Amino acid sequence: MSNIVNKIEKTLLKKGLPAITPGDTVKVFVKVKEGEKERVQLFQGVVISLKGDGMRTMFTVRKISSGVGVERIFPLHSPSIDKLEVLRSGKVRRAKLYFLREKLGKSGRLKERQDEASSAE
Amino acid sequence: MKPGIIGKKLGMTQIFNETGQIVPVTVIQAGPCIVVQRKTSDKDGYEAIQIGYVDPSGVKGEGKSSRISRAERMHAESKGVQAVRVLRELKVEKTDEAKPGDQVLVTSFQEKALVHVTGVSKGKGFGGVVKRHHFAGGRATHGSMHHRAPGSIGGSSNPSRVFPGMRMAGHMGHEQVTVRNLEIAKIDSENNLLLIKGAIPGPKGGYVVIRQEA
Repeated sequence: MSNIVNKIEKTLLKKGLPAITPGDTVKVFVKVKEGEKERVQLFQGVVISLKGDGMRTMFTVRKISSGVGVERIFPLHSPSIDKLEVLRSGKVRRAKLYFLREKLGKSGRLKERQDEASSAE
Repeated sequence: MKPGIIGKKLGMTQIFNETGQIVPVTVIQAGPCIVVQRKTSDKDGYEAIQIGYVDPSGVKGEGKSSRISRAERMHAESKGVQAVRVLRELKVEKTDEAKPGDQVLVTSFQEKALVHVTGVSKGKGFGGVVKRHHFAGGRATHGSMHHRAPGSIGGSSNPSRVFPGMRMAGHMGHEQVTVRNLEIAKIDSENNLLLIKGAIPGPKGGYVVIRQEA
């Protein structure tokens, strides 16, 4: 019965998405509709939260824009995300990086993760 | 004929619409259904069609003859259609030309159309007035001895009776409920599925009637 619901959800999943984890610095290419025209907007920042699973996965990206902290929450499988790129992986010890909200300047930066994945690049 | 069909509630999920927004939807296995009987004002006193839900998993009716009662089987046999267990009636115009054996499919609906969904709501058991009628209840502390009780239900010497329809505790839920003007988010005609925006009455596996009135 619920198999059918699962099947519907599966068709909505995007393929070929990079595996993102909290601490990653990502570039999100967001499709923006302006009247008739559609253009792609860039949002670059640190993933501070990743929650939900399947097609309900949501992630929060935080960046500092002209001195002000800005956060955007995206559905991972949203069709309005054109492309997603992982630029760097930060070394983090927790799943939700909400502590970054209190940090300013240099203390708000994360050390790069030194594991096989990043050293192989 | 205004579109109408019997469906089985499968559960809820969410999909993305054209603008990329998330839409909460209920997935309904809508048929396929067949017309079992055409009721006419001459013979039955009113104009309607009786439609039956053909379970696509094939359990009910076909194959398992023990599951279907003799009355149900003979009713279908006398109309010359396959045996179905879930029957519902839809009002039609006098000029309607539906006849027994006609198929009723999800393709009779259009996406974005508004529909009414009728089903039997989930049973809640014996509910008090706070749960059942949204009474405010009394104070919890400070010596209050009046918590979830209904309070006064009327005067004593005059009228010296309780008015009919007074809201009191009692069985809650498991009643027919119609939710009107729900949008059809998506139609899957291949698998006979309807995805309707929002919640509909009843448990998963419950049967509902989906009608388009406008």
